[in-house]
Amino acid sequence: MTFLELLGYFNYWVFAILLAVGLYAVISKTNLIKKLIGLSIFQSAVFLMYITMDKVEGGTAPIIQAGVENPVFSNPLPQVLILTAIVVGVSTLSLGLAMVVRIKECYGTIEENEILDAD
Amino acid sequence: MIYIFALFLLTLLVITAIAIVRAEDLFVSVILTTIFSLLMAINFFILDAADVALTEAAVGAGVTTVIFLCALALTGDQEKPQKQGQKVALVIVSILALVIIYSTFDNPQLGDPDAPVHQHVAPWYLEKTPEYMDFPNVVTAILSSFRGYDTLGEVFVVFAACIGVLFILGVSPPRKAMQVSVKKSGLRHHLIPQVVGRLLIPFIVLFGLYTQFHGEYGPGGGFQAGALIATGVILFALLEGEAEALRAVPRRVLLGMVVGGALLYGSVGVVCMLMGGAFLDYSVLAADPVWGQQLGILIIEAGVGMAVCGALLSIFHAFAARERVS
Repeated sequence: MTFLELLGYFNYWVFAILLAVGLYAVISKTNLIKKLIGLSIFQSAVFLMYITMDKVEGGTAPIIQAGVENPVFSNPLPQVLILTAIVVGVSTLSLGLAMVVRIKECYGTIEENEILDAD
Repeated sequence: MIYIFALFLLTLLVITAIAIVRAEDLFVSVILTTIFSLLMAINFFILDAADVALTEAAVGAGVTTVIFLCALALTGDQEKPQKQGQKVALVIVSILALVIIYSTFDNPQLGDPDAPVHQHVAPWYLEKTPEYMDFPNVVTAILSSFRGYDTLGEVFVVFAACIGVLFILGVSPPRKAMQVSVKKSGLRHHLIPQVVGRLLIPFIVLFGLYTQFHGEYGPGGGFQAGALIATGVILFALLEGEAEALRAVPRRVLLGMVVGGALLYGSVGVVCMLMGGAFLDYSVLAADPVWGQQLGILIIEAGVGMAVCGALLSIFHAFAARERVS
């Protein structure tokens, strides 16, 4: 396997590492906001994987132009899925943050272990 | 050459992610998430996803950061030091990362035109868009027509999340909170943000409207436009204070936009059924099916833009209007 072929997998490796970093924040941090930040890193990693799959060698963004002979386009479908997922992601993230704010108001803390102690 | 640049950006992305998780000051974490989002947007652009890059830049770097900061203002920005369990977590996620990296060697390489993902419906979409809709942006065509059901669902998720936030944080804040936010006058006494902001806000909103109505011809559409316009109004709220922003765009207008946008999208589908087509089959809306498609897409994109803009702004105001309980 040549160096260039290995480079073709680099995006997937970054995806794997980002996924692991996000998951690490979710499972090991006790601060609820930090957990949500970790969750959004995890989510971004998945976005990166989808967009990596859409790339076609020598292609352009899937916007058809007149007068171009034999155009090569990248795959538009993963782009559509991720485009909507980003906006949905921010809405659900703010739902999570709203719950964290309410938890802070009720318990006076957003550290998971202190909340468990208070119960 | 561009791939070496991408390599550099992706490495930077990993470093930023690790820094985000390691930082004990949550404020630093949130600001680093902005950088993370911008890097991600550039990566999306290099991978030919112009529409996604635009969305990520507007949403990830703009709206998300502000909402995070609003939440931090209400909960405190210092993380307590960890006591235990980090090593176990580190071992688990390392194993996970290694397993995924091992499995990637079975994946098709970056840019491989023979990859399974490029063999299914995507070529059909690329081929039929000029015939059915007669406009260039295939992403918009798939989003609003070929996969219209999907997008309708997403709009309803945004709508539901917005309603959820409003319920959790209270629809109308107590009178006392309103008075406090009048006193907090934003960045009005800071000259540089004030001047730069005043210059930028009209252009941000104008660009938002351009992305809304030019979405069929270039990168853009309702989701991006909604996020961009919301960013402009949030910038106004940060500069002039939240009360001023609410006077410019009142809460009931925002709620009307959320509900109206979702309703507009759904009712286009119902009108299609009444005119003898299937749900969200825009071809029946006009005598010429291509015109019908274009008309339907224009209307539902307007619905999406309204719903997204209203939802993001309602969420922002719900957080901003809340008073800190110590």
